[in-house]
Amino acid sequence: MAAKFELNDDSVVVVIGSGAGGGTLSNELAQKGVKVVLLEAGGRHEIEDFSNDEWGMFSQISWLDKRTTSGSWRVAKDFSGLPAWIVKAVGGSTVHWAGASLRFQEHEFRVKSAYGDIAGANLLDWPISLAEMEPYYDRAEDKMGVTGTHGIPRLPGNNNFRVLAAGAKKLGYKDFHTGNMAINSQPRDGRGACQQIGFCFQGCKSGAKWSTLYTEIPKGETTGNMEVRPSSQALQIQHNDSGKVTGVLYADKDGNQHVQKARVVAVAGNSIESPRLLLNSASAKFPDGLANSSGQVGRNYMRHMTGSVYAIFDKPVHMHRGTTMAGIIKDEAENKPERGFVGGYEMETLSLGVPFMAAFLDPGAWGRDFSSAMEGYANMAGMWLVGEDMPQEKNAITLHATEKDQYGLPVPNVHFDDHPNDIAMREHAYKQGSAVYEAVGAVQTFRTPPYPSTHNLGTNRMSGKASDGVVNKHGQTHDIANLFISDGSQFTTGAAENPTLTIVALAIRQADYIADKMGKNEI
Amino acid sequence: MAKSVMGRRAFLATTSAAGAMVLVAGGNLVIGGNGAWAMSTKALTGDEAAMLVRMARATYPHAMLDDSIYGKVIHGLDEKASADPALLRSLQEGAAALKEKKFETLDAAGQEAVLKDIEGSAPFQTVRGECVVGIYNNPDVWKVLGYEGPSAELGGYINRGFDDIDWLQDA
Ligand SMILES: Cc1cc2nc3c(=O)[nH]c(=O)nc-3n(C[C@H](O)[C@H](O)[C@H](O)COP(=O)(O)OP(=O)(O)OC[C@H]3O[C@@H](n4cnc5c(N)ncnc54)[C@H](O)[C@@H]3O)c2cc1C
Ligand code: SF4
Repeated sequence: MAAKFELNDDSVVVVIGSGAGGGTLSNELAQKGVKVVLLEAGGRHEIEDFSNDEWGMFSQISWLDKRTTSGSWRVAKDFSGLPAWIVKAVGGSTVHWAGASLRFQEHEFRVKSAYGDIAGANLLDWPISLAEMEPYYDRAEDKMGVTGTHGIPRLPGNNNFRVLAAGAKKLGYKDFHTGNMAINSQPRDGRGACQQIGFCFQGCKSGAKWSTLYTEIPKGETTGNMEVRPSSQALQIQHNDSGKVTGVLYADKDGNQHVQKARVVAVAGNSIESPRLLLNSASAKFPDGLANSSGQVGRNYMRHMTGSVYAIFDKPVHMHRGTTMAGIIKDEAENKPERGFVGGYEMETLSLGVPFMAAFLDPGAWGRDFSSAMEGYANMAGMWLVGEDMPQEKNAITLHATEKDQYGLPVPNVHFDDHPNDIAMREHAYKQGSAVYEAVGAVQTFRTPPYPSTHNLGTNRMSGKASDGVVNKHGQTHDIANLFISDGSQFTTGAAENPTLTIVALAIRQADYIADKMGKNEI
Repeated sequence: MAKSVMGRRAFLATTSAAGAMVLVAGGNLVIGGNGAWAMSTKALTGDEAAMLVRMARATYPHAMLDDSIYGKVIHGLDEKASADPALLRSLQEGAAALKEKKFETLDAAGQEAVLKDIEGSAPFQTVRGECVVGIYNNPDVWKVLGYEGPSAELGGYINRGFDDIDWLQDA
């Protein structure tokens, strides 16, 4: 039975955000007997409410509150009001995510040591290593049912994968397969196997894809230790004179404001809202925002080096049939500075339906060239390029000076400039991606620019020293012992891999730590 | 609903970029597709709406699509404009600018060149923005482009060709 806690119950852990980080943390804590109130800004939409409709699902559950953009990145021009594609609903972005679940490479936890000084990049080693993370990666993969791990078979390859694989082989790549996907290839954990529906980005109708919405969250509720409050947006984290956090001010679905008292607060609103909430919680005691003695809250915003290559062939592909992202070439993921950049990138299959293809293939484009490309839709294959981008201090989430949201709070501005390393990597990736398709007879290839950011990282980064970052190796803020960050904003650097497996592994690890510290009365 | 529908006297026959016929009744009616399709307008005149239908087609030209596909988008814009005077003014300006260039008499390349000149203008961007969603989010268009749309109701593609590609060697 789902629990119900009083607003003045100050024994609870309040978790803000129910996505990969917050949803996982809440369940893990509830399983250990810790009482949790999970505040989620968005509504609760179950599998029955999903539809195979790209714009329909986008408008139903995306975070569409006002945001502004600045900087030289192309997203600021193409989608000035929509810097990121993040879900506002119970389950967070795990409702829309594709399921690619990769571990970081060993060197990606210590890039400052591995890459040396890179001009303009605010590089730092993580305070944890791959070896320390491995047991948590194991637990995360098992929880999420990741294919290609723990004896779980990989998914069968769809048409889009078969084109990618044939090209990879022709080009001499060695390491390509249908990926490590948090999608059931066979029934597991009470959920069925993938039906190759092909709308992974719209919410998985079959439940084969892991999402906190129908795994972690109901499991947590069954313990009787966890209460989910949908349509409850946190506006401010409150603290006492001694500098401990004491509760969270939030607005319910009718706009009425309440304070939920808390023993511990964990913030997991994704990398734009999490730093915004800390900044919007500034007080006389903490004039620069909570946990911001380093000045790093909101800084080092990363979004991965991304881009896509679509190719048109002279025969049908039907890439939209089947799993959206089950296909990967890993050969370019290593750090090989002789390519002209540090870090590496992954090439992953990606398919969009006609509605999204029209919006994203070449945003703003029109005319005969564009419409003839659209006429090649049935013969198209596509891949997404995703690689490590450089953290830069000036790439930041800041509070807008004048624009306010529906609660009268400053909206976030998202500033991003590509680093020269990001640009060099993207160029290389475009070239290799096109070569994959040309090797199997593509008649035309397209270099599609980045979409609004789906991987938002780094804005409350983890550091060994309090002066370098916002949280320690457990996601505990350096400044406030009972305030935690539990999402991708903890990332010290971004690595080449899709981030969610690492977010989940960190949340599992953090739950162990919080429960231990609470047990010892240290928080 | 249309305020009024004019008689046949003002019918104009013109050829659009892709060769499809757009027949315009002055007043509040546009008839296209050689009479197979018609729309009535609320705020724009039939002439203006017809010009915007041509603009829509020239922006995303697909010879295999009927005027009705483009007309539906303009119909939606007309509906919005009936409650938004600023939008109406902007659309009227856009239509007038094309009329001045005798847009309806130009071939496809000529039309594209005219649009290129007004690419940065508000009316063009409004029509383009509506079209890119309105055209490509239309199931009738999906069929033509070979996109099969929703599949969950049909059991996904697991037994319906998710891996049926047959022209790759070696895959
Ligand atoms: C289309 C798409 C495809 C993706 N595919 C992949 C993939 O294949 N592999 C991968 O690793 N990653 C993928 N991602 C990224 C992945 O979804 C995110 O990395 C992950 O969900 C981030 O977890 P999070 O906990 O940081 O935030 P989220 O999962 O975004 O959850 C944040 C939650 O916090 C809520 N929230 C925010 N502010 C507040 C507030 N003030 N009060 C209350 N609630 C608040 C939000 O509404 C949201 O529900 C994809 C993302 C998208 C959009
Ligand atoms: S392709 Fe598989 S994982 Fe994706 S939505 Fe369909 S059933 Fe779910």
